[in-house]
Order: sequence, then C-alpha cells, then structure tokens
Amino acid sequence: MVKSTTLFSKSTDVTIVVLLAIISFISLFPLVHTLAISFSEKSAANAGDVLLWPKGFNLTSYRIILEDHKFFAAFRVSVERVLLGAFINMALTVIMAYPLSKPSRIFPGRDIYMWYLVFCMLFSGGLIPLYMTVTELHLQNTLWSLVLPGAVPIFNVILIMNFFRNLPKELDEAAVVDGAGPWQTLFKVFLPVSLPSLATVTLFSIVGHWNSFFDGLIFMSKPENYPLQTYIQQLVVRIDPELMKGMTTDDLIRLSKASDRTLNGAKLIIAMIPLLVIYPFLQKYFVHGIVLGSVKE
Amino acid sequence: MRNRSFIVNYHLMLLPGIILLFIFSIIPMFGIVIAFQDFIPGIRIWEQDWIGLENFKFMMDIPDSKQVFINTIVIATSKIVVGTFVPIIFALLLHEVRVSWFKRFVQTIVYLPHFMSWVILAGIMVSMLSLDGVMNMIFKLFGFEPVMFLASNTWFRPIVVGSDVWKEFGFSAIVYLAALTGINPSLYEAAEIDGANRFRKLIHITLPGITPTIVLLVTLSLGNVLNAGFDQIFNLYNPLVYSSGDIIDTYVYRMGLIENQYGLATAVGLLKSVVAIILIMISYKLASKYANYRIF
Repeated sequence: MVKSTTLFSKSTDVTIVVLLAIISFISLFPLVHTLAISFSEKSAANAGDVLLWPKGFNLTSYRIILEDHKFFAAFRVSVERVLLGAFINMALTVIMAYPLSKPSRIFPGRDIYMWYLVFCMLFSGGLIPLYMTVTELHLQNTLWSLVLPGAVPIFNVILIMNFFRNLPKELDEAAVVDGAGPWQTLFKVFLPVSLPSLATVTLFSIVGHWNSFFDGLIFMSKPENYPLQTYIQQLVVRIDPELMKGMTTDDLIRLSKASDRTLNGAKLIIAMIPLLVIYPFLQKYFVHGIVLGSVKE
Repeated sequence: MRNRSFIVNYHLMLLPGIILLFIFSIIPMFGIVIAFQDFIPGIRIWEQDWIGLENFKFMMDIPDSKQVFINTIVIATSKIVVGTFVPIIFALLLHEVRVSWFKRFVQTIVYLPHFMSWVILAGIMVSMLSLDGVMNMIFKLFGFEPVMFLASNTWFRPIVVGSDVWKEFGFSAIVYLAALTGINPSLYEAAEIDGANRFRKLIHITLPGITPTIVLLVTLSLGNVLNAGFDQIFNLYNPLVYSSGDIIDTYVYRMGLIENQYGLATAVGLLKSVVAIILIMISYKLASKYANYRIF
C-alpha cells in the first residue's frame, strides 16, 4: 500500500481506528459485564450497580457452584457428548468422504450415494417425527439420543470430500501401486495430509455439541440427564410454563427481581470456559475452514 | 489395478453413515403422514384416523398462524438485510487498517460471540435488559423512562435482530475480508497515479471488487427467509411478546410437544419445509447461474 500523508487521510485513519475500537468494545462488553457480575456482591448486582468491574469482590457464587452436584453432573454429560459425538462425527466424515471423493468411473454408485446425502441434507421430517423415532427406539434419556440423530455431518462430509478431490491423484495411485488397500490408503496417506482440514471440521463439531440444548430438552425427561446448556436453559433462561399461561408484565418483573444474577452469571461464565479454552485453536483454523468451503474446482 | 475388493470396501466405508441417515432422516420423513391424521399419542401410526387436509384447514382458520407467519418473515428478512450491511461496513473499515496487530486484535474479539450458544447469550441478555439492567441504566442516563424490554412488543423484534447481528457480524465479515484481499493491488496503484483519493478508490475499485461476493451471499440467504432463528427466540421470548416474536418453529414446538397436537404441528412444519426447499432450490439455481456457485 502507498502511504498517503495528507491531513485528510490521517484523520480518516484515526476515525477508523476509533470506530473499530468502539465496535470491539460493544462485542466484548456483555461478556466482561457478566464476568464482573459473577464476582460481585449480590445486592450490588441486583441493583444494577455493576458495569465492567466487580463491586464488593467475592467468590461466593463460584463456591456455591462448586458444591452444586447437579451443575457438575450436567457438565459431565456435556463433556461426554462432546467426546463421543465429535468422535463419531469425525470418524463418519472421514470414512464417507474418502470413497465419495473417487470419480464414478472408479467407484460406480458414487453418484447415487451423493444424491442420497443431498436428499437427507435438504429434506427432513421435522421435529415431531424425529421425536417419535427417537422415542420408538428407546433412546430417550441416553447419551445416544444426543449423538446419533446428527451422527453424519453431511456438510462436513462434502467439505472433506472436496478437499480429498483436490489432492493430487498421484497420491492415491502410488499407494495402490505399492499394494495398499483402501483403508490403508485412507489412514496412512490421505489422513496425514488433511489434518488441518479435519481439525477445522472437528472443532466445529465440538462447538456444535457443546452448544446444543434443544435435543437435551426434548429427549431427556429426567433433569439429571440434561447436558449443561439444557440445564442452564432450564434454570436461568426458561420461564415456568404454568406461569406462562396468564402472564403479566408484573409477573415478569417479579421474576427478574427474584433471579440471582451473580449466581446465574457465574454459571454462564463456567459454561463459556471450555469454548474460551479452544478459541485460540478455533481462530487458527476457522478461516482455513471457510476457504476450504469456498474453493471448488 | 483396482479389483473388486476395493469397490466392496468403498461400499463398506459408506455403510454405517448410510444406515444412520436412514434411521434418523429417512424414517422420520415417513412421519409427515401425521400431518394428515388426527393423531393421538400412544396409538400406532397406521391405526390413527385419517382426516385429509383437516389440519391444514384448521391452521388457516386460527388467527395465530397468520401472525406467526408474518413475524417469521419480518424477523428473518430484517436479519438478512441488517446482517448483510453491517458485516460489509465492518469489513471495509477493517480493510483500511494498516497496523496488523490492531487488525488481529479486533478480529479476535469480534469473532468470539459467534461461538457462544444462544442459551448463554440469552442468559446474559435477560440480565442486561431487565429493569435494573445496563440498558436501562443507559436509558436513565439520557433521561428516558425505563423499559421492560423483553416484555415489550415494540422492542422485541429490534432486540432479536440487533442481538443476532451483534453475534454474527464479525464472523460474516470473514468472507468479505477474503474477497477484499483478493482485489489486485495494482488497481489501487494505477488509481493513485491517476490522482484518486481514498473515497474514490473505495467507490471505483473496492466496492466493485466485492460486489460478486455480496450478490452471491444475498442470493444464498434467500433460502433463510423462513428461518427466523429458533434457538435465539426460544430462549428470549415469553407470552407477552407472542404477537411480535412468536415464529413458525417456536409455534410448532409449543403446539406439538407442549400441547400434544402432533397432527397440527407436523402440518405447520411440513408447510414450512416445502416452502423452504423451494426457496433454497431457487436461490441455488440463481447462484449457480449468475455467480458460478457450486456446492458439490
């Protein structure tokens, strides 16, 4: 870039930097505000005195959560579903993307599978039929109900398939000439060169599993089986359906006065921590992932 | 070279996924027949009473459904419009920054909300938007009366659209930033030799440079006209704002799983999917025709 030294351009630069600083502040404000509330004194938080710095710093909320077995049970369910769910997603993505990346000249039937996948991606029976299917299979209140309905991440399969396709053809041919079978070629040749792309889709799987609450809500009838997001949704966000029937504004105000903001804030912060931990990795890979999605032959 | 065993193994690799999709995607698709039944939970699906289009007729008769449809379209369209402009403006601003650490710093911050769930964000918003929350603190500072934001039909839609844009603008800007870096730098150099200032370069080089990307993304977003964002609204709404904020997806959930009107809920959901698929197909058709876009 050529540097402009005119006064007009300099002041524009300053304006842009200031604008971006304000935008960043707005992006971060709700999160920092919640952090401050979680460390504040209950009375100060409920009176709305806390902005970006805790008032009456204390760790009471976090101490209460540490003794809250239900919270940690839910946390555990979430961790389990992330581990199992992301593993299944990734395993299926890899073993499905590889044969699909072969041209139909080599793998007859490839196009039929492809249409099947796209059909499943576009059409769905909707909420009620899925709910009935899961119930019919007696998967309610098991981890499988959170993991199996979304086991095949079709969009990721297509992304990785496109990635495999763009690898040099010699890679596959050389492996075959050397006597490697299809599984060996996939795991010994294709996987090692696609690690960044696989990392991208895996991270997205992890975030997806960690963040989803709705499947936990409809498939788990016992609160002790809720994953963390569902647990938080029920305790912090949800309004009791009995109360919802003839609700007035006064009810809603009373409800918000009664809620314990510092404790809720602390719960929200703890639920965010796993994401913040993997965020540096996410940031490293997601731009790559978006480029991956847009590069096509 | 490749013998039969290769092909057999290819089929084997696809088998588990195909079976899982069959169970959790194809079988539920047969469940849409519930839309044509007077479905009573507890009785086998093939033993239910068939009532033809009764559910659809009933849906047209109740006043709720018209309001729900309007809410969905208004919220989704506003999200598309605002959610297109803001990321473009942000990307243009960020592109002008030459200090790379500042650029990275801003990016790190604005991408973060994208990865947070609506449960967490709704929890934060409920506290911020309450009577003693930060928003009302700011309102009082400027001398306005405090507002119960999440109970107000005037405020609910702006809040939904605003918070969605707040969450996603940074992430949506990534595509535009990529398009901006793709513009040939020699164009700018040529323009400078011709004496173009910053503003003229923006109008004549930068904007035309990213127009194809903008057109493509707007076309593809057509498929989202019926997606007003279930997760977000489900976690923010309450009965007081049904008239401005209840959308098709939340309505289907309440009718179906709370009130046990499986037939009606499935009918509404089916109608939505049919329209959505037509919209998606039109948008992909347009995108592939005018922007050479292919998904696979």
